[in-house]
Amino acid sequence: MFRFRGGVHPDSHKQVTGEKPIEVLPLPAKLYVPVQQHIGAPAEPEVRVGDKVLKGQLLAHSQGAISAPIHAPRSGTILDITEHTAPHPSGLGVRTIIIETDGEDRWQDGLKTVNPFELDADEISARVGAAGIVGLGGATFPSAVKLNLGKRHPIYTLIINGGECEPYLTCDDRLMQECADEIIDGIRIMLHALKARQALIAIEDNKPAAIEIMKVAANLFDNVKLVVVPSRYPMGSEKQMVQTLTGLEIPAGKLSADLGVIVHNVGTAYAVHRALRLGRPLVSRIVTVGGGAVKSPRNLEVPLGTLVSTVFQHCGGFSETPARILMGGPMMGQLLPHANVPIVKGSSGVIALTAKEVAIDRARPCIRCGQCINACPCGLLPLEMAARSKKGDLQGAVDYGLMDCIACGSCSYVCPSHIPLVQFFNYAKGELAARRRHQQKADETRKLAEIRIQRLEQEEQAKQEAAARRKAQREAAKAKQEATV
Amino acid sequence: MIIAIMSLSLLGLTLGLLLGLAGRYLKVEQDPIVNDIEAMLPGSQCGQCGFPGCQSAAEALAAGEAAASICPPGGRLLAEALAEKLGIDVDFSMLADDEPVMAAVKEDTCIGCTRCFKVCPTDAIVGAPKQIHAVFKEACTGCKACVEVCPTECLQVHPIKLTLSTWSWPKPALAA
Repeated sequence: MFRFRGGVHPDSHKQVTGEKPIEVLPLPAKLYVPVQQHIGAPAEPEVRVGDKVLKGQLLAHSQGAISAPIHAPRSGTILDITEHTAPHPSGLGVRTIIIETDGEDRWQDGLKTVNPFELDADEISARVGAAGIVGLGGATFPSAVKLNLGKRHPIYTLIINGGECEPYLTCDDRLMQECADEIIDGIRIMLHALKARQALIAIEDNKPAAIEIMKVAANLFDNVKLVVVPSRYPMGSEKQMVQTLTGLEIPAGKLSADLGVIVHNVGTAYAVHRALRLGRPLVSRIVTVGGGAVKSPRNLEVPLGTLVSTVFQHCGGFSETPARILMGGPMMGQLLPHANVPIVKGSSGVIALTAKEVAIDRARPCIRCGQCINACPCGLLPLEMAARSKKGDLQGAVDYGLMDCIACGSCSYVCPSHIPLVQFFNYAKGELAARRRHQQKADETRKLAEIRIQRLEQEEQAKQEAAARRKAQREAAKAKQEATV
Repeated sequence: MIIAIMSLSLLGLTLGLLLGLAGRYLKVEQDPIVNDIEAMLPGSQCGQCGFPGCQSAAEALAAGEAAASICPPGGRLLAEALAEKLGIDVDFSMLADDEPVMAAVKEDTCIGCTRCFKVCPTDAIVGAPKQIHAVFKEACTGCKACVEVCPTECLQVHPIKLTLSTWSWPKPALAA
């Protein structure tokens, strides 16, 4: 066991929901299924308004190398395909397929299932891709793409991330307690696909019940080991997890696969089990409903596309008006514009925080105490990066390592002056991305303009040549005529 | 025969060498900054700056006859970069960054006159005589050249809508 530098110990708030079993949310009347629930290109709808769909039926197919298909979470009728607010801080719309559920909950016949250990790696990753499985820890990177990395890089270790270091969230904890065997099965299928030697399941030591159950389930297999890691935020971040278990630091701009390691979330392993053994695509997920403003917080199994407001209602509504609604954990989660947005594949939790929990404080000047430097798990200098971002010197911030920042928010958490450090980095990264897009467009424009000028010149030349040819022909004909006369 | 070949080859070589040397030593010096600036400009020769093309705009910029904010498609970013390159100060508060726009054809009024795609500096409009024309979103720079020639006003520029992939966090506001 190794350790990563920095990190913080926020109050976990996990007891409230960690001890209650997962409940199944009653079927909502309408589901709002966005075509973009993953990193990469949005899926392209295959259904039309008015179509009847069965549970698990393909609604939208994936487009491009990094993308994921979307399936009908429940059976019903397609009401509309339109813009609906995305679960995103911008409050912007995203193309959404709206389904009116029919209550029959009828599955489409799944893919014929075979013993996954008789399938080759390509077939397994193809089935994982077709099931629409993405990283369920919250990053939503298409899992099939990650499984395919085994072909390009030799993979030795598959790390299963059961860290769940974000406060409030207990969806992975509950899943491990209730579906340990299924998770282990999913892990073994992924091991087989990656041809990796061993799987390490990493669980933070604040989940003793999950550790006990997973240990028993993992003990049946030699190549699956359970590792208890200390509870320290951001343990669940891929880079920090790899460093804790292997002692290797992922170099800047490289992938964990370059070190022979692949990290998947426990929820992803469970989804892989369901896709390969039962032929079921990803249509629902476990969501932690928590935060001080929720009357009766708990974990729910929610069909994708359920509105966040419905989920809160099922948990007794609010005891007071929440100051903030977040999707994901309080450290790295997305701020939601309102609760009228759907649950998507990456929604590990929906958290309604009270004003007291949010505790916004006025930012004061930096006193250069260096606490952010101690807390940064990436070994960066947040105070220097923030000062440069604030000034607009983005290149300066990049020189200080902005691109290696994982936006974990540990610096903002410890800052005694309440400086919005990570918020500055998010701003700077967005601004840099915008500039890159602008530059790209400018380069494209230049190329197009050059091609056009070339084309016009060619056309002009062709015209002149044709004119010259005609003239020559005319003269030749004239000469001939004169000769005959 | 051999003497003829030799003398002609010698003549050719000597003249060639002379020309090469002349090309090197009598080269017309162009201000390198003009080239640098031209490389920074969008290069679509759209003419919105009032100069016939990016080359002449770059010359004017290098000579200090044009403001750094001369190029509308370049926007605030280009103005900043130009100001830095030329070592001049620009009052950016005066320079409201024009909202990025993109042209679009209104299908019900397009008569297929072909005028617009003839003037488009990036070939972003496709069409044929008496066929409805269409704009390639990816290639349009929002230069408005087509808007001016459209006889039915069916070509208009519209602000580019933000999407989830182009939205980014604003700069955090700090209480003073």
